[in-house]
Amino acid sequence: MLDATPNRLRGDPEAARAPEGRARFRRLPARRLSLAPYLQALPLTLILVFFLLIPMFALVVVSFFDYDSVRIIPAFVFTNYTDVLGSAVTWRTYLNTLRYTVIVWAVTAVIGFTVAYVLAFEIRSRTVQMVLFLICTVPFLTSNIIRMISWIPFLGREGILNTTLLKLHLIRQPLEFLLFSDFAVVLAFAHLYALFMVTPIFNTMMRIDRSLLEAALDGGAGWWRTITHVILPLSKSGIAIGSIFVVTLVMGDFATVRLMSGGQSASVGLMIANQISLLQYPAACANAVVLLLVVLMMIAAILRIVDIRRDL
Amino acid sequence: MAAKLRRFTLLAFLGLFILFLYGPTLTITLLSFQGPDGGLTFPMNGVSLHWFARLFETQAVGDFGGSLRRSFGLATMVMSTTVIISLAAGMAFRRRFYGAGAVFTLTVASLIIPSILVSLGVGLLFSALSFDPSWYSSAFGAQLTWTLPFGLLIMFAVFNRFNRAWEEAARDQGATPWQAFWHVVLPIIAPSVIGIALFGFTLSYDEFARTLLTAGSSNTLPLEIFGMTTSVTTPVLYALGTLTTGFSFLLILGTLLVVRVLAARRR
Repeated sequence: MLDATPNRLRGDPEAARAPEGRARFRRLPARRLSLAPYLQALPLTLILVFFLLIPMFALVVVSFFDYDSVRIIPAFVFTNYTDVLGSAVTWRTYLNTLRYTVIVWAVTAVIGFTVAYVLAFEIRSRTVQMVLFLICTVPFLTSNIIRMISWIPFLGREGILNTTLLKLHLIRQPLEFLLFSDFAVVLAFAHLYALFMVTPIFNTMMRIDRSLLEAALDGGAGWWRTITHVILPLSKSGIAIGSIFVVTLVMGDFATVRLMSGGQSASVGLMIANQISLLQYPAACANAVVLLLVVLMMIAAILRIVDIRRDL
Repeated sequence: MAAKLRRFTLLAFLGLFILFLYGPTLTITLLSFQGPDGGLTFPMNGVSLHWFARLFETQAVGDFGGSLRRSFGLATMVMSTTVIISLAAGMAFRRRFYGAGAVFTLTVASLIIPSILVSLGVGLLFSALSFDPSWYSSAFGAQLTWTLPFGLLIMFAVFNRFNRAWEEAARDQGATPWQAFWHVVLPIIAPSVIGIALFGFTLSYDEFARTLLTAGSSNTLPLEIFGMTTSVTTPVLYALGTLTTGFSFLLILGTLLVVRVLAARRR
């Protein structure tokens, strides 16, 4: 590099040092660059290790502890797992939670796909599209519990729905199954989590090349065939991401089930919460580990069917 | 004709969906203005601010003022931490580094592990370390495991569309990495950073499951509200809902306004 220095600069000590100095200056940021990403990712990593990885590890450790009515005894026993897996109540609760998950998944997938389709393909103005999308997103940023409570005046025995149906003489007695029932639970879930489907599906749909739709139309495909053969396959990754959200949120839920079923239905999350309130921590932890494994297997199954990597 | 009908049906579906989203909230907003003798459902028994006034009497509901203050403080803490840390991590992921895959997996895991497990795990960890759980320590950390993944995913979306030429131009002109970040990158991505702040604040302000076992002896607002749902059977509940939802809406509208002003100034 020094050989390339013009002759007129040779012999001038200031100038001779300059290229070397610059070379060092250039190398310095290069070394800083290689360290920078580690420093930048460090806070995130530390927080997740301390508040996620170690707590999950603690969960697994405590799930092997023993306990009696007054205290928790450090040990290595499998009784918590045999209790969890050997009890018919657990299996019934898991089945009930899975039932909620499947129903809510189907409902939110249909709603999410349709709403995202309308937003992405039926609304042509870019501004209207963004405004409508924001309108659909805002409730996500408000309190879930308040949104659950707000169904009470609708679904109650003297609620809006029953009063209206009575006035229209469609029913003779108020419908009892509306509030504090499985129906209310599924309705609240759909209300809370439909947005988790709408947003990712809308995102993938916005990336679909519009000329593909024209090609489908030119090829003679009707509206429905275009949806099933072009749009649906190309939105799969969005549906998968939404499904992962909905499945994990519903599988781990306890507040919605407790509130909307009025304590009449069970879910795995609720079972764990009850064990915690009885201070049966090892049992709750064993349950939690089982739940975590089930959820992870469900996600693995979704990822096996759909490759979402190109969407991340 | 068929196409027109189909379009109408689809738009009607969207309309119904928006009604489904907002209808219940509007209903309790109306009902929170019930007269003093009004109940939890229609008809309205007069119109008054009675239930809002009841809200601020200490006996009517638990510790409304205190829980509101704590929730507000916690949300502010979570918001600032989420913005700074996800911004830094987002910058890190623009380059290759060892362990990037592991950090990414951990972040995604943080998003999909059910909230109650995080709550339980953090609670256990704090009792194992003999730390007292409280809203500003354990609940703070537990909430970060929910807000940070959102922050990082937003950063990914931002940097996927980010044109590096601006930054490189600044570097070519002799800007230090810090100057290039502060004067070029940050102003360009500012609207998204504000978006992360909004997410961080509102997700924390409304978070329930991750706070349940980690908040210690003093409740945050969502915990207080959840407690009220079983014991309170008057429109006080609706008044509280109207207030917190109204606050969230003001915050969201304010943020959107700021983002718009920023975007307009850049043109």
